[in-house]
Amino acid sequence: MHFGPHLLLAALEGLVTSAVLALTALGLSLVFGVMRVVNVAHGEFFMLGAVLAWAISTAISGHPALGFLAALVLAPLIVGLIALVSERLVLRRLNYNPEATIVATIGMLYIIQQLALTFYGPEARPVEPPFSYRILLPWFGYSGYKLWIIAASALLLVATWFVLTRTKIGLVMRATQYDSETAQAFGIPVDRVYAGVFALGAMLAAVAAVLIVPISQAHYLMGQDPLLLSFIVVIIGGLGSLRGTVVAAVLIGLSDGIISVFFSPTLAKIIATLLVAMVLVFRPQGLFGTASR
Amino acid sequence: MTDKNGFFDLSRTGLTRRTTLKGLAAGAGLAVAPGFVRYSQAQSSAPIKIGFQCHRTGIGAAYGRWYDRTTAAAVKAINEAGGINGRPVEVIIEDDGTDPGRGAEVVGKFATQHKTDIVYGTLFSHVVIGSAPAAGEAKMPYFVVSEGHHVASTKLNRYVFQPGITDVKSQIQAMAPWIAANAGKKVTQIFPDFAFGYDHRDYLPPALKAQGAEVIAQIAIPPTESSFTKYFPQIPAETEVIYHVMVGPAVLTFVKELGEFYGSSRPQLFGFIDSLEATDINSPGLEFLDGSHFWEGSPRYAQTDDSAAQKAYRAAVGIDDNGAAVGDPKDVSTAAHMFGCWETLYVVKKAMEDAGYKGPEDRAKLVEATEALTEFAEGPEHPQGPKTFNGKIHQCFGIQNISKVEGGRLNVVHKTKIEDGLYEPEGDYTTQPL
Repeated sequence: MHFGPHLLLAALEGLVTSAVLALTALGLSLVFGVMRVVNVAHGEFFMLGAVLAWAISTAISGHPALGFLAALVLAPLIVGLIALVSERLVLRRLNYNPEATIVATIGMLYIIQQLALTFYGPEARPVEPPFSYRILLPWFGYSGYKLWIIAASALLLVATWFVLTRTKIGLVMRATQYDSETAQAFGIPVDRVYAGVFALGAMLAAVAAVLIVPISQAHYLMGQDPLLLSFIVVIIGGLGSLRGTVVAAVLIGLSDGIISVFFSPTLAKIIATLLVAMVLVFRPQGLFGTASR
Repeated sequence: MTDKNGFFDLSRTGLTRRTTLKGLAAGAGLAVAPGFVRYSQAQSSAPIKIGFQCHRTGIGAAYGRWYDRTTAAAVKAINEAGGINGRPVEVIIEDDGTDPGRGAEVVGKFATQHKTDIVYGTLFSHVVIGSAPAAGEAKMPYFVVSEGHHVASTKLNRYVFQPGITDVKSQIQAMAPWIAANAGKKVTQIFPDFAFGYDHRDYLPPALKAQGAEVIAQIAIPPTESSFTKYFPQIPAETEVIYHVMVGPAVLTFVKELGEFYGSSRPQLFGFIDSLEATDINSPGLEFLDGSHFWEGSPRYAQTDDSAAQKAYRAAVGIDDNGAAVGDPKDVSTAAHMFGCWETLYVVKKAMEDAGYKGPEDRAKLVEATEALTEFAEGPEHPQGPKTFNGKIHQCFGIQNISKVEGGRLNVVHKTKIEDGLYEPEGDYTTQPL
């Protein structure tokens, strides 16, 4: 294949990775930014989103788009609810202590994973895409659905940005992030904000998983890779910085796509990890993060 | 440091009558629990214990499920016919997570805790390679159903056998003439980046070269990969045949993305059914496989010329004419491999009877008796077909099927002969000490 089309394919693949990664990492970043909780179970909320998408779309007969749309709405809501409950039952009782919550979320990771194994099973199960249009380029064919993932994810990112910067809920969240004690003094129910943010973070991961599951497959171990990549993105972008997260996701996604097409996927992972090390050494707060006060 | 809760205050943890009774009851419960080793039982009437190293979870889970069902069916048939040497067979299952490290631990557990007579049933080659040293160390006969060439390569040890399924090197050698004559001469290989894939990487090029065809590109893909489009540009444009063999949870994605990439103007496809084991070939997105060819160890779909033994075997394991579980058409079997479990258990039975096997002290005798076997005739015990066995390399050789996808099912279009797959032994296990 010639260089031009080859690069185009690489960029497309990279953009799909970026799109899903940006949503997942945004959830992780939001939870850390507002609550100062490193949520190690984030990847499992991603996995739950995919598994629920399978359950919902197989329960609904008729055109595959119907089941998929239902999954796109319901799966994140259910995952949000599960996150809300676990926040109430676990994180709140630990007073959001940074060290204790890391250990607690590791525990949640295993509990969720094993529950999925018990009730869903060890198989990888496919979800039918809402439409299967194949875009025919002169050099190769490409899945139309993958392009739709990029668009849908961009739309969701804009919506999240709008909520955070243009609405009262967003204002409350930002105030809590900036200084939770002062926010509480001004009558903001910090406790409820925490619960909402944790649920929102999990929902972002779940919606990313619903988008990806028609081209990937739902599997109980699928949460590991997104978790690792999300951490890479969040560290490079700056923990708690939404703009940094999105920029880093596009950077990592594109470089992953292009390097793995032209060289090897292993090299792409090596470079991403090296980048993390460099950022930690030379700019510990991340590209767009602010130094901790 | 204060002891607020009195954890270390011995005066507060005195034994009461109630806790003593509880402890006694729990101990008694443990002793009668299944799997608990009862040393006092007489050897002659005790069951023969087979430790089944099963891929319950991890990337081999679908295979594990069907290996489990086939094993249960074979053991039921053996026990109904009087067991082995008049003793019933009991299968003890441990999950290895399709992980080599865990696999070695499981073998150790079978040897020291369950004290099984043999260990059996492993499929994934990296687990076999990881577990074999543990089996050799424990002098535990280890019967794998793995398909890989690692046993026959004589790189493992004297305790490892593969008497139920032909190894990859032999399969490839037997099928190469058909590929070169019917599919095409310029072949691109796509294979998983671990031991099983390396067998294909190493043995296909020489086998094709002998037939005047050549491998023009080799693409290794990590077994945990979930997206494949990025690898496809590496397929040279002049490729006439794509030879694919993939394993793991993402195989369906692999075939779907290949379809999106090529559409209708694809090269010929020749695949190992491993790429689609436990997957319905009529799944959405797989239409593109129509007209392509697959290797099958044993056919998934019932064929018109199936033997009575094959029919009886399918009924015993519980698969319908489409190779899916009876009553659940979505639960597709791993028919191309799992027959190996059935046949391996009958080989174990034969070898134990030849050796006059009584218990773990006879394990060396069992090894020698297995090595002395030479032929397995087609029949109820060997429904896939006749086989020869080479005791020096601990490997059996059988026939292979090449099937074509047509009309939403796999029809066998070519059967190889046993002689097609024979090669010069690379070593001799029997020279190793027992």
